[in-house]
Amino acid sequence: MKLDARIPSGPIQKKWDERRFETKLVNPANKRKYKVLVVGSGLAGAAAAASLAELGYQVECFCFQDSPRRAHSIAAQGGINAAKNYRNDGDSIWRLFYDTVKGGDFRAREANVYRLAQLSVNIIDQAVAAGVPFARDYGGLLDNRSFGGAQVSRTFYARGQTGQQLLLGAYASLSRQIGLKAVKMFSRTEMLDVVLVDGHAKGIVVRDLVTGEVRAHAGDAVVLATGGYGNVFYLSTNAKGCNVTATWRAYKRGAGFANPCYTQIHPTCIPVSGDHQSKLTLMSESLRNDGRVWVPKKPGDKRKAAEIPDDERDYYLERKYPSFGNLAPRDIASRAAKQVCDEGRGIGDTGLGVYLDFRDSIQRLGRDAIAGKYGNLFHMYAKITAEDPYAQPMRIFPAVHYTMGGLWVDYDLMSTIPGMFVLGEANFSDHGANRLGASALMQGLADGYFVIPYTIAGYLAGQKAGSVQGNRPEFAKAIGEVAAMQKKLLGIQGKRTVDDFHKALGKIMWGRCGMARNEQGLQQALQEIPALRDEFWRDVRIVGGEAGINQSLEKAGRVADFLEFGELLCRDAKERRESCGGHFREEWQDDGEARRDDDKFCHAAVWEYQGPGKTPTRHQEPLTFENVHLAVRSYK
Amino acid sequence: MKVTLNIWRQSKASTKADFRQDGKLVRYQLDHVSPDMSFLEMLDVLNEQLTQQGEEPVAFDHDCREGICGSCGVAIDGVPHGPERGTTACQLHMRSFQDGAVITVEPWRAAAFPVLKDLVVDRSAFDRVVQAGAFISVNTGAPQDANAIPVPKADADRAFDAATCIGCGACVAACKNASAMLFVGAKVSHFVHLPQGRVERDQRARNLVAAMDREGFGNCTNQYECEAACPKEIPVRVIAELNREFVRAKVREEPVVDKGRGGDG
Ligand SMILES: Cc1cc2nc3c(=O)[nH]c(=O)nc-3n(C[C@H](O)[C@H](O)[C@H](O)COP(=O)(O)OP(=O)(O)OC[C@H]3O[C@@H](n4cnc5c(N)ncnc54)[C@H](O)[C@@H]3O)c2cc1C
Ligand code: FES
Repeated sequence: MKLDARIPSGPIQKKWDERRFETKLVNPANKRKYKVLVVGSGLAGAAAAASLAELGYQVECFCFQDSPRRAHSIAAQGGINAAKNYRNDGDSIWRLFYDTVKGGDFRAREANVYRLAQLSVNIIDQAVAAGVPFARDYGGLLDNRSFGGAQVSRTFYARGQTGQQLLLGAYASLSRQIGLKAVKMFSRTEMLDVVLVDGHAKGIVVRDLVTGEVRAHAGDAVVLATGGYGNVFYLSTNAKGCNVTATWRAYKRGAGFANPCYTQIHPTCIPVSGDHQSKLTLMSESLRNDGRVWVPKKPGDKRKAAEIPDDERDYYLERKYPSFGNLAPRDIASRAAKQVCDEGRGIGDTGLGVYLDFRDSIQRLGRDAIAGKYGNLFHMYAKITAEDPYAQPMRIFPAVHYTMGGLWVDYDLMSTIPGMFVLGEANFSDHGANRLGASALMQGLADGYFVIPYTIAGYLAGQKAGSVQGNRPEFAKAIGEVAAMQKKLLGIQGKRTVDDFHKALGKIMWGRCGMARNEQGLQQALQEIPALRDEFWRDVRIVGGEAGINQSLEKAGRVADFLEFGELLCRDAKERRESCGGHFREEWQDDGEARRDDDKFCHAAVWEYQGPGKTPTRHQEPLTFENVHLAVRSYK
Repeated sequence: MKVTLNIWRQSKASTKADFRQDGKLVRYQLDHVSPDMSFLEMLDVLNEQLTQQGEEPVAFDHDCREGICGSCGVAIDGVPHGPERGTTACQLHMRSFQDGAVITVEPWRAAAFPVLKDLVVDRSAFDRVVQAGAFISVNTGAPQDANAIPVPKADADRAFDAATCIGCGACVAACKNASAMLFVGAKVSHFVHLPQGRVERDQRARNLVAAMDREGFGNCTNQYECEAACPKEIPVRVIAELNREFVRAKVREEPVVDKGRGGDG
């Protein structure tokens, strides 16, 4: 597998200009002859589909939900970063670039991150022009808040539903192009394979989730914007449908999978309440602008929060990280929470929780001000827990939230399969080993609005338009394989439900490869997962057939992929013998702080599929830091 | 706690004029429901049980399970999203029900939302209405700086209140006329309070109303059931705004061009 990141030469500030200048163009009259298949309608996919259609390409866009507006991006709460420096508080493109590289624990590619910081400012302009109602101050100008890992206020927000407002903006642009017949939208349609012709991605196989029909679509290029794989842990803050299927099946066709072990555990989620739990709910990081995190100083202190006097409380983030305080980055805040719980100081019935307390800010700013900023989050918390967060502190605990790993892409966002581009959370590009809050929305939109419209031309210009049609034998073969897998699943008729297997996998993943990982646990996981997978293929029970709506069959396909992918994730975690960002190996630490090994691991690990039952090959893309000094990451 | 469920089961997409012939209510008993479960988690438990018994699980739409994607949507005892105001079905918890409750669960009923299976309906009519003009015609490129046009906070807040619509369809399901006025009003209101959105206000109002009629949504007779059912509590003032915008567009007597979809691209 050849890993050529194709980073433009020259100083980092000029690289993106350089690439845009040297990239071949497709003449406007020829654009309509090319067809691009965009899988996904989240921020990355919707922005890409709309922008490519505006340029004149024929676009087909796919999502599994009943409407493109429901993609998981809709659930993002807190905000989106941009180096606008509207606060005049010292922000700049360079600072956003620096914060992101450092936040990612020096495991991202500098050139990509710099471009992201540059494009961040255009995103806000674009969104406002499209009618996104960001929060404003009384002067009518855009407001900002702070997010973790930054000492400036650069996060734009729309109450607690920034994702919905940004996605509605991108969805509106997409809808306009659908109305103009420039985009053909296929909702309730799940991609189950990519079709390669002469080594290039020239089509996809999909299942129509209403009729059950399995068919192929041919195109000149394929764009995957299918989101992250957090649901490999079963419980996560992701929507229930989030899956690894699209990227996993692309991996099995030859796309390199980079850094699967980089998973983000978000520090502030509502703790698990019981076995019935189907998902975990995030309480946005923005709450840490005004909420203070604490646990009792004494282990086993079971008094109510209000009965514990201030001097018996440990505001441990403020104590350990005085310069960032409650706004320490996510990986660090999660680890600190785990540590105090391990010490027996966790709160609530299970002892797996810490307080997020608004008492002081309500006293200082008043209840209305707090409600104005976070009303919908407080409401959501009260709904789920039946507790009033205005009157007593929230109980929170870390939960799986985001995945920094994903398909490997070069600077142009092309995977190792020529003609297949990967955008948004589905790729591995910009966040290294830990993503800073409010940077995923930024990345998805930068990829979709501003990167792919340029870089795809470089590929398409070298391809004859419409050269591959769906009648090539590769298509029939791929359709046949997808249909055969479904038949096999339906034929098992065992005893255990799909969810039952998914939960079992989640337990292994969380136990062995969650907030803390070690050699022995990972070794065990590498035995347990294949065993569970074998059992799945022997004993899963799916009622219903191929035709029509069959949600159990949909889930079974996704869980089958998670059962393979989980193993790769653990293998990657085992081979990365260092701690960095969200990947914490207990063997490499200094008093609970992650200890990197730059000599051996300053690279992205990229896995190449070798066939069923074979151990995949680990390749490396070395990371070089020419602009940011490789240093121990400190938030003290 | 224990609950008895009467759930609408329908194996194939609606075909008949009278929906009662397409499926039927089937009774199920659940004995171990925790009050901390969400309504959908309770349905998960039922589906696990059905699968174990070799019966087809109940199909229902859902995704985010935190009240924002608008996927979930079922009528619970005749009320869209169930008894709690301002709450989607996925955020409704079983503690809102009595132990031993008998609960009826049905899909949205509206001509424009045909049932596909069990509790799953086809809401693509909403997407087509949006495609007719619920957008600002701006291409991706380099618009002016985001702070170039200040927007008074009060206007931004009004736009935001309307923009919180999650497109779930509860308003249509709650309305005896199956009208989409709250949904369409929310779109119109969102854009008309923003300077960027005012440029196309006339054709937007016209095109959206035309699309709404084309999709077979009914008329509004001021029952305000939609407002009561809306999980995001979108106020009926948006309907008044829609009416005002529509009349304004008429009065301005521009040629009525219903391009069907796409606005003027
Ligand atoms: C609760 C929550 C809150 C968050 N808050 C923030 C925040 O405040 N700020 C921030 O920056 N980030 C936040 N994030 C992260 C951020 O929302 C996501 O990383 C981002 O939205 C991902 O966008 P995307 O376009 O890559 O993918 P998604 O929005 O996940 O979209 C994936 C798309 O792919 C489609 N798809 C997937 N698989 C298939 C398939 N096999 N076939 C067909 N279609 C498929 C789906 O239908 C969907 O349209 C949050 C995440 C969560 C879970
Ligand atoms: S599942 Fe998303 S709103 Fe209910």
